[in-house]
Amino acid sequence: MHSERIARVSWMRVVFIGAVVALTIFAVPRLVSQHAWIALGVAVAVTATLIYVYLSPKRIAARYLIPGTLLLLAFQVYPVAYTIGTAFTNYGDGHRMSQTQAVSELEADSVVERPGAPRYELSVATKDSVSTGPIVFFLTDPQGRVERGDSHGLTAVPDAQVTKDPDTGKVVRAPGWTILNGIQVNARAAQLSTFAVPVEGGFIKSVGLSEAFIGERTLRYDVATQIMTDTRTGVAYRPKAGTFVAADGSGRVLPIGWKTDVGLRNFAAVVTDPSIRGPFLRVLAWTVAFASLSVLTTFALGLGLALALDHPRLRGQRIYRSLLLLPYALPAFISLLVWQSMYNKDFGLLNRLLQTDIDWLGGIWTARGSILLTNLWLGFPYMFLVCTGLLQSVPSELKEAARVDGASSLRVFRSVTMPLLLVGIAPLLIASFAYNFNSYNTIKLLTDGGPFPPGNSTAGNTDILISYTFRLAFGGQGAQYGLAAAISLFIFMLVGLISFAGFRRTRALEEVYAA
Amino acid sequence: MTHLLPQPATEAPSQIGAVAGAPAPRQRPRGDRVWWRHLIGLVALVFALFPIVFLVSAALNPVGTLSTTSLLPDGVSLNNFAKLLSDPNSPYLRWYGNTLLICGVSAMLNVLIGAGGAFAFSRLRFRGRRAGLITVLLVQMFPNFIAVVALYLVFIQIGSVFPAAGLNTSLGLILVYLGGAMGVNTWLLKGYLDTIPRELDESALIDGATSGQVFFRITLPLAAPMLVVVGLFSFVANLNEILLANVFLTDTSQKTLAIGLFGLVSGEHNTDYGEFAAGSLLAGLPVVLIYLYLQKYLVKGLTAGAVKG
Repeated sequence: MHSERIARVSWMRVVFIGAVVALTIFAVPRLVSQHAWIALGVAVAVTATLIYVYLSPKRIAARYLIPGTLLLLAFQVYPVAYTIGTAFTNYGDGHRMSQTQAVSELEADSVVERPGAPRYELSVATKDSVSTGPIVFFLTDPQGRVERGDSHGLTAVPDAQVTKDPDTGKVVRAPGWTILNGIQVNARAAQLSTFAVPVEGGFIKSVGLSEAFIGERTLRYDVATQIMTDTRTGVAYRPKAGTFVAADGSGRVLPIGWKTDVGLRNFAAVVTDPSIRGPFLRVLAWTVAFASLSVLTTFALGLGLALALDHPRLRGQRIYRSLLLLPYALPAFISLLVWQSMYNKDFGLLNRLLQTDIDWLGGIWTARGSILLTNLWLGFPYMFLVCTGLLQSVPSELKEAARVDGASSLRVFRSVTMPLLLVGIAPLLIASFAYNFNSYNTIKLLTDGGPFPPGNSTAGNTDILISYTFRLAFGGQGAQYGLAAAISLFIFMLVGLISFAGFRRTRALEEVYAA
Repeated sequence: MTHLLPQPATEAPSQIGAVAGAPAPRQRPRGDRVWWRHLIGLVALVFALFPIVFLVSAALNPVGTLSTTSLLPDGVSLNNFAKLLSDPNSPYLRWYGNTLLICGVSAMLNVLIGAGGAFAFSRLRFRGRRAGLITVLLVQMFPNFIAVVALYLVFIQIGSVFPAAGLNTSLGLILVYLGGAMGVNTWLLKGYLDTIPRELDESALIDGATSGQVFFRITLPLAAPMLVVVGLFSFVANLNEILLANVFLTDTSQKTLAIGLFGLVSGEHNTDYGEFAAGSLLAGLPVVLIYLYLQKYLVKGLTAGAVKG
């Protein structure tokens, strides 16, 4: 529609393109040195596209769409696509790495000390980053010789290259390396438990913070048959769905698994596995109840107040409106934390004002009621404002005409005001439902999902789907990322369907009342 | 509060009288009956304001604990404010600055990007326009917090090239928040732009303006009230955001107000309450004032389909 008459290039575009090119020039050598070829390709392609779009006189629509689209692709579409991909895997605690990594960690983990063998003085060291850099061992044997060990083997280190503690012989300084202190070593304990330096006839492993021993593996992996054998018991373990399972029928599994495709197993588990289906359905039911009751109560109170306070002879309407806006205007995270403290059993305001001793957020039904009450407080000003605005936009001629035709006030409200109000508010009610459906903050800040049923610490009684899913994915015990991703796909489809149905229904309403 | 609903019925008899053809003499008694509306209004005010009054009371409470805070302040002291601003464990002013930076910059860019998208979808015709609009709406519906792991990996990579935009930086979090800029905002602003007469930009084009000039000099100024509302909603939405901020910002000095203040009450519940209340008041007051100031525009923005809290 719009076409550039002359190929003019404004200074804003020049600055923008200049900045993009500068960033790319800055990034390229770094990406090359990291061998990040895919990222490099993406960076070059993006830069080329930007230059083309902003210098070509033809791509006018793209100029307005491309910054937002690139951000959308990088920080929404790609992460979401990646997540959807993991819904078909068993990714999670115990299944984070590849099978090869899992095998080498299992083997390293199985090293036991050779009786009577000498111990080494150990200094754990790393490079670049204390918390993520590669681990190496500086080992001082009983004769005082220093060797450096990594996952490939040992290298002798001449005394001149390191500083040793005069008493123990432990390496305290090694140029080019950072020797970790006790706290830093502890922080990487999980990684150390599966780190072993291969040497002739065995492996060197750390024990405690500053000692290492030489020992032998008790698990051996055969690449050809893919079988892991316990050398002490002779039990063979076969790979099955990302875990080594004992072939003797005992059902024992090895503690480290790997990430693998499991097809639709996560989706099937939601339907068939009773330990997941039960909590899931309970959480789903409460989510739907929570979202619909929140919409209903806020709408009822908001509409009621709007009707009560919208009267030509009522003084102070503006003051009412301004003050009733306050719960909506105060940032919700503050309000939620204030309400949470008011519900406190020992010190909370509610128990002190009412002279009661109720554990508001501790009981199942009081917690649910409390959440709904707080959500009503948070949401009714919005409905009040919107209803007031819509009520005032109903043409008074319509109401007059109905009255002239002999309609009672109630009839005018039911047949003129309410239908017009509904047309305006229906999409907002649907949006509000979808919003409450995923209202993570409300649950997180008020109850954090609790109270929890005995023996189940992943699905609380006030959890909604999104807080439940978050706990599944990142919760303290046994993160099940694949399952969480499958459930978020389900949430996505549900919210999408509700919104879609909502839009269709809205259009139907508009057609009905269009005249 | 459902007892409020039947009220149109109570009004019915007087209205029937009015329809019956004697409006003038009826007016006085009807005017007298406004008192019950005030009664409802006052009850609603008590419900709406008591938590806020309690928050103010807690902030002014000289002792500063939750258990000693009553609904109405029983003493006025600025102890909590002084303690909050001097507490080395909670660098409140840093949090305030971080929040202003993160929310302010992302709100402005959100509006600009959203307006750009809305302008293209409303004023320009191009291939894939309808599909684009629907895609933008659909992508928003995925609960994107679950993509946190993927985002985390993306930002480790970004941080290794541009340390200023990696994890634990304000810029990194701003980028994450901008990922949603082409979403609801675009729809909202498109709806508004559709109501602005096209003749305005067409005549400017005939006078030789470029589309950029139309966008910056005609469309943006005309949409200014809506841009302010969208910007405000975006600011407040990110102000309230705790999930991603909690994962991304781990250093105490990098935190935002929301996660900082959450930390103040989630630890020792009773004793730091005054500090939390003082901090919340200082954080919430500007937002409340802006809302009150922009009230007129808010209602417009709200009925156009924006939902917050």
